[in-house]
Amino acid sequence: MTSWLTPLIILIVLLLLGAWSIWLERRVLALWQDRLGPNRVGPFGLLQVVADMIKIFTKEDWVPPFADKVLFIISPMIVMIMTLLGFAIIPFAPNIQIAQFDHALLFLLAISSLSVYSIMLAGFSSNSKYALLGAMRTAAQMISYEVFMGLALMGVVILADDFSLSAIVAAQADVWFICYQPLGFVLFFIAGIAEIHRAPFDLPEAETEIVAGFHTEYSSMKFGMFFIGEYLGVILISSLITTLYFGGWQGPFLPPLLWFILKTGFFILFFILLRAAIPRPRYDQLMVFAWYILLPLSLLNLLVTGAVKLSLLG
Amino acid sequence: MLDNMLNTIFIITAAIILISALLTITAHNVVHALLYLVITMLAVSLIFFILGASFAAALQIIIYAGAIMVLFIFVTMMLHQGEKSLAQERHLFHFSTSITALFLSSMLFFELIFMLFLTPTDSANSRVTAPSSAIITVKDIGTQLYGPYSLLVVISALMLLSALITAIHISKSPVTSEIKTKADNL
Repeated sequence: MTSWLTPLIILIVLLLLGAWSIWLERRVLALWQDRLGPNRVGPFGLLQVVADMIKIFTKEDWVPPFADKVLFIISPMIVMIMTLLGFAIIPFAPNIQIAQFDHALLFLLAISSLSVYSIMLAGFSSNSKYALLGAMRTAAQMISYEVFMGLALMGVVILADDFSLSAIVAAQADVWFICYQPLGFVLFFIAGIAEIHRAPFDLPEAETEIVAGFHTEYSSMKFGMFFIGEYLGVILISSLITTLYFGGWQGPFLPPLLWFILKTGFFILFFILLRAAIPRPRYDQLMVFAWYILLPLSLLNLLVTGAVKLSLLG
Repeated sequence: MLDNMLNTIFIITAAIILISALLTITAHNVVHALLYLVITMLAVSLIFFILGASFAAALQIIIYAGAIMVLFIFVTMMLHQGEKSLAQERHLFHFSTSITALFLSSMLFFELIFMLFLTPTDSANSRVTAPSSAIITVKDIGTQLYGPYSLLVVISALMLLSALITAIHISKSPVTSEIKTKADNL
């Protein structure tokens, strides 16, 4: 495969997967809630995505007259670009990786902290009360949970002695890091859900409280970009969990890429199951949970990991 | 070839920094001004990256663009009132208020020009392109921070701790706790 072809194929596959996982979520969620879900278009309703796309592209692309026009148009692009940039460092298989990068994990944290802007600017530029409320919730939530995301990741960095993801995968040849870092995994998982504001942490767009939060004023493909961006975020966090804690593409018998897809698919399904199973907490409960419980736990995790590593070495 | 490319990227990035910094000051809308500042931060981090300090570049994005500027925008979003606040600011601002600032910054500007003419151009050029062997690793930074610079680390830690304690103290001021006890009694 030539060097420029790999990123292109990965990009196309990711966009298709992002759209297709909307169908997956609706179908599986229906299964868990004793409904049928979309099953009319094509076999098993697989072509529902195509129908949705036709619908969303032919809708009126409305920019509210009271909105800040430039920011209003830019902000859905930011979330798509930032999430897709995150995939650049993920090793899908031994030879399938877009960018080898020494400080890959830091790059990832930078990308995830920049994607806050998309939602904040969407809320601000919409110039409406519900959108602004959603944006403020997002800013507070994402800044709080970013702290534990970084701290939980440092446990993995201590174990692997490296920031690059390929080195972290290589370090898990014998034992997956989930065995050494169970607490770190749980913390990263919770922070990951909050970062991509999925249910149960979807307070920025809590439809029962603030209409649709930051994307209240959005329509047509601009709304579609927020929507697909969210599912791309789910895929990104799932593949990160696979890479960091479950050995990446490593596994017996099957080819590496298939292992990676299987593990990532499992976590995508787990994200959907969480949405089906857990109710949304109140907003202040979310923040108290973050600062009073998760922050001390992640500091403890970092301390114990460092201490054990030092005592084993020396 | 590579040096040439790095030089070109450096010049483009520097131009972006200058333009966005200028726009930060001149933008009418406060949120737009802050966004131009974010672009400045990102461009500065790219310059760190070109100079081989990729760790500093990542931290520049994570801390400045990702956390501090988000908080800035968060606060301005809450206080922002569009045209109303702009009119209010116009009312507050007179030319006479800016005389001291203009005097001081013009002094700095002349110093800068003076220094630019004083230093020979060769040494300035050689600093721009960092050789690829001089990439600074996290380990280097760690040994530097906890070796010769450990006193600075301790001092900044103390400063941050005191800021943290102050923030907690303010948020637990007697007024709010009084309201809380009243609410509990109800």
